[in-house]
Amino acid sequence: MNHLDKLEAQSVYILREAYREFKNICMLWSIGKDSTVLLWLARKAFFGHVPIPLVHIDTHYKIPEMIKYRDELALKWKLTMVYGENSEALAHKNTFPDGKTDRITCCQQLKSEALKNTLSGEWNRYIMDHATGKYVLDKNREKYTGVIVGVRADEEGSRSKERYFSPRDKENDWDVGDQPPEFWNQFKTDFAPGTHIRIHPLLDWTELNIWEYIERENIPITSLYFDQGNGKRYRSLGCYPCTSPVESTARNVSEIIDELKSGKFANIAERSGREQDKDDGGGLETLRRGGYM
Amino acid sequence: MDNREQMNIVIVGHVDHGKSTVIGRLLADTGSLPEGKLESVKEYCRKNSRPFEYAFLLDALKDEQAQGITIDTARCFFKTNKRDYIIIDAPGHIEFLKNMVTGASRAEAALLVIDANEGIKENSKRHGHIVSMLGIKQVVVLVNKMDLVDFNKDVYKSITEEFTEFLSKINIKPINFIPISAFNGDNIADKSCLTSWYDGPTVLAQLDSFENRKEDIQLPFRMPVQDIYKFTEENDHRRIVAGTILSGTIKAGDEVVFLPSKKKSVVNSIEGFNVVPTDKAAAGQAIGLTLKTQIYIKAGELMVRADEVQPVLSSRFRVNIFWVGKFPLIKNKNYKLKIGTLRITVKLAEILNIIDAAELNINTVKNQVERHDVAECILETVKPIAFDPISQMETTGRFVIVDNYEISGGGIILEGVSEKGDTLHSQISEKEFLWEQGLVSPNMREDLYGHKGIFVVLTSGNEEYVQSIHQNGKELEYKLFKSNHITCYLGIPSAETPLASGDRDSQILQIGELAEIFTNAGQIFITSVFNLDDYEAEKLKLLIRNHEVRIINIGESPFNNFIPDAHIKDSDNERIVDSLYDLLKSKK
Repeated sequence: MNHLDKLEAQSVYILREAYREFKNICMLWSIGKDSTVLLWLARKAFFGHVPIPLVHIDTHYKIPEMIKYRDELALKWKLTMVYGENSEALAHKNTFPDGKTDRITCCQQLKSEALKNTLSGEWNRYIMDHATGKYVLDKNREKYTGVIVGVRADEEGSRSKERYFSPRDKENDWDVGDQPPEFWNQFKTDFAPGTHIRIHPLLDWTELNIWEYIERENIPITSLYFDQGNGKRYRSLGCYPCTSPVESTARNVSEIIDELKSGKFANIAERSGREQDKDDGGGLETLRRGGYM
Repeated sequence: MDNREQMNIVIVGHVDHGKSTVIGRLLADTGSLPEGKLESVKEYCRKNSRPFEYAFLLDALKDEQAQGITIDTARCFFKTNKRDYIIIDAPGHIEFLKNMVTGASRAEAALLVIDANEGIKENSKRHGHIVSMLGIKQVVVLVNKMDLVDFNKDVYKSITEEFTEFLSKINIKPINFIPISAFNGDNIADKSCLTSWYDGPTVLAQLDSFENRKEDIQLPFRMPVQDIYKFTEENDHRRIVAGTILSGTIKAGDEVVFLPSKKKSVVNSIEGFNVVPTDKAAAGQAIGLTLKTQIYIKAGELMVRADEVQPVLSSRFRVNIFWVGKFPLIKNKNYKLKIGTLRITVKLAEILNIIDAAELNINTVKNQVERHDVAECILETVKPIAFDPISQMETTGRFVIVDNYEISGGGIILEGVSEKGDTLHSQISEKEFLWEQGLVSPNMREDLYGHKGIFVVLTSGNEEYVQSIHQNGKELEYKLFKSNHITCYLGIPSAETPLASGDRDSQILQIGELAEIFTNAGQIFITSVFNLDDYEAEKLKLLIRNHEVRIINIGESPFNNFIPDAHIKDSDNERIVDSLYDLLKSKK
C-alpha cells in the first residue's frame, strides 16, 4: 500500500466508526476540495452510497458557482443535502460586506452561529427535494450529535491540535488542553448528554495529498480551482468578499500538483488568500474555539 | 505521484532532558527549517543577550502557526535523502501522559532521551513502559548532554547498563544508545570527535536504518467486523460485511469463522467503490465483502480464516494496563472494553501487581490502579472474547477501557486464563449462601398453582422474526394466563437490535436476575431475545440453575453448539403459540 492508500484506508475506518457509533450524524460540506474528497471517501466507505446527510452553511456570500456545483452533485450522487443559514443577520444586513461588522464578527455570525443553530436544530434547516431539485423546509429538527468535518492538521496551528474524534461541550467549546487519548484506532465515542463530537477523517492529509487523491480518483471538483482565463484561480474557497484568487495559470489538477510540489506555492501557506485569518494573531483559533471550522 | 517513504517517530523523555533541543537540531541539520528561521532566532538571541538554543526554534515555529506555516510543536517534518519523517513530540510532563500515549501510538520508532548529567528519571522509565506496551519495537536511547559530563565514557556506560537492565524487564531491547550533545550537535548529523570511544551511528544514520512497519501479510488473517451494511432502500441488495484487515490475506472462496459466535461461511466477493474489481485483499485495507450463506453476525466479531491458526477465546485474561483515567480502576465495577471493533462489559477481577515506575518496586498490596500506574491484572468480560496473546500477534491483543465516557486506560493481553472462580460463579454462590428462603417451598407453590416456576426464553436466528418472537411471547403469556397460570412476560426491546453492543450483555444479566426472582416465586416467566448466542443461553441456564429453563428456538437457529430445548419450525404465529403452550403443558 502506498501513502495515499493508507490515508484512504484510515479515513474510511474513521467514517465507518462514526457511522456505527452515532445515531444522528451529519457531514459538513463546504464545497471545497477537502470536504469534497471527504464526500468521496464516504462513497468509498459505504460502497457508492452516502448514508449520512450533508450539511452546508450558506452565508449567501459564497461564489455562485459553488452553490450550483453543490446542487448538481447532490442530485447526481443522490445526497441528502441540507443547508442552514443565519437568516436574521442576513435580513438585518449585520455583515461585513454591508459594512456593519468586521470580518471576524461576520464569520462568527454567518458561519459559527449559523452552524451551531443548524446542528442543534434550533434554526430552520432546508433539505433538497430530489424530485424537484429545490429546497424545502426540513421537518427533522433533531440535533446532530456527531459532525464529520474535513479539516486537516497541516492547515494551521489550531487544527493541528485536533483529535480524530474531538468532543465539544454544550456551548460548542473545545478544550484544547484536555483532549481524550486516542490510540490503536480506538476513539472517544462515548459522550455525556448535551455534548457532541466533531469527527475529522482527513486530519493526516496534506494539501498535496488531497490534490494527488483528486487526480488518482478523478473526483469532480469545482472549476474555480483552475485558471479562470485571467491568470487567476482560487486556492481555497470561501465567501467572495473575503477570499481572493491567487495568481496562477494552473488549468488542471496535475498542474496544481506541480505548483504545490516544486512550483510557486511550495512554500506559501494555503490560506494566504483568506483575509479573516490575518485580522488578529490568533483569529482562527478564536473562531474555532467558538465553533468555527 | 510522490512515493517517498514516510515514517512517524516519537520522541519521549523526562522534562528538560532535551527533547526540544534534539528536534531543533534535527530540523536545522537536515535543512528543514523555513528560510532565514535559524538566522532570525540567532539574531533575536543576540539582541536580547541570551545564549542561542536550538530549543528556541520550536517556540519560534509555534508562534508562526497562526500564520499558517505547516509546522507545529506536536508534529515536526523533516526529510533525509532516504525518506520523510514526522517527529511526534510527546510532552514530558506526567500530566500529559495521555497526549504522549496518543502521539506515541502512531509511531514506528521511538527516541528516548536521557540527560547524562541527571541520569534516569521516573518518566524515563514510565515512558519506556508505555512505549513497550504500545508495541513500538524500534527504540533508541539518546544519552544527551554529554558535554556536561565531559563526554565521559563511564557515565555513558553506566547509564547504558542501568537502563538496559530496566528495559529488559519490560521486554524492550533498545537498538542502540547514542551519546549526544544536542546543544552542540555531537553525533546528531555528524560524528563527534569528542566521543572517539563510540563507534555506533549518528542519530540521523540511526533513523535512516529504521525499518518501516510491514503490513502483516504473513500473519494469519484477522479482521474485526466493523459493521454490516444493507442499503436496500437504494436498490442495493448486497449485504456487506465491512472492516479493516489487521493482518493476513483473504480471497473469494475462503472459508471464514466469526468469533466468538463461531459461525462459519464462505467469502463470496470482495466489494469496493471506484476500484478495479478484485477477489482478494490484504492487511491494511479497509474492505467490504459478501458471504455465500446468509448467517447472522454482529459488528464486533472477529473474522478469521478457517484454515489458519485460531485466536484464543476466553472471558478471563491476564493483561498489562496503563491507566490515565481521572478515577482509579477498581474491582467489581463495570467498565466498557473496546478491543478491535468489539465493545463489551468488563470488570477488574484481580490485581497481580502494580509496577511503581519510579522505584521499580513491585507493589502487590494496592487494591486499585491509580492514574499513571502500570499494572498487571486479570480482567473478566461478561462473555468470551476472541484475541491473540500479544506475543503471537500485536494487533488483536490490544484494548482500551472506557470509564464514564472517557478512554481511561489501555493495555495488552498476555494470555487467557482459566475461567474457574470467575465473578459470575462466585456471585451466584455468594447469593445462594446469603439469601434466606421463606417458609413457602417450591413444592407448596406448585401444588397451589398447578405448575412449577419456569423460565421460558424465545429466540430466533431469522432476521424477519425480530418482532414476531416478542408477539409470540406476549400471546403465550395471554393464553397461559387465560388458563389460570401464574405468568408474566417481559421483553427488553433494545436487546434485539441487530448490532447490539456491550449494553446487551447487561440486559441479558438483568433478564436472568428477573427470571430468577419470578421463577422463585413460582411463576412462568417468559421473555424473548432475538439472536441469542451460545454463551448467552448458557449464562441464562446458569443464572436460573435451580429452576426449569426452556430455551425455545423459532425458525432458523441462532446457536452454534448450544442445543435448545425445542425447535419450532412453523411460521404461522397462532400455531407457534399453540405449540409453545403444548410444550409447556406436556412437560409439566
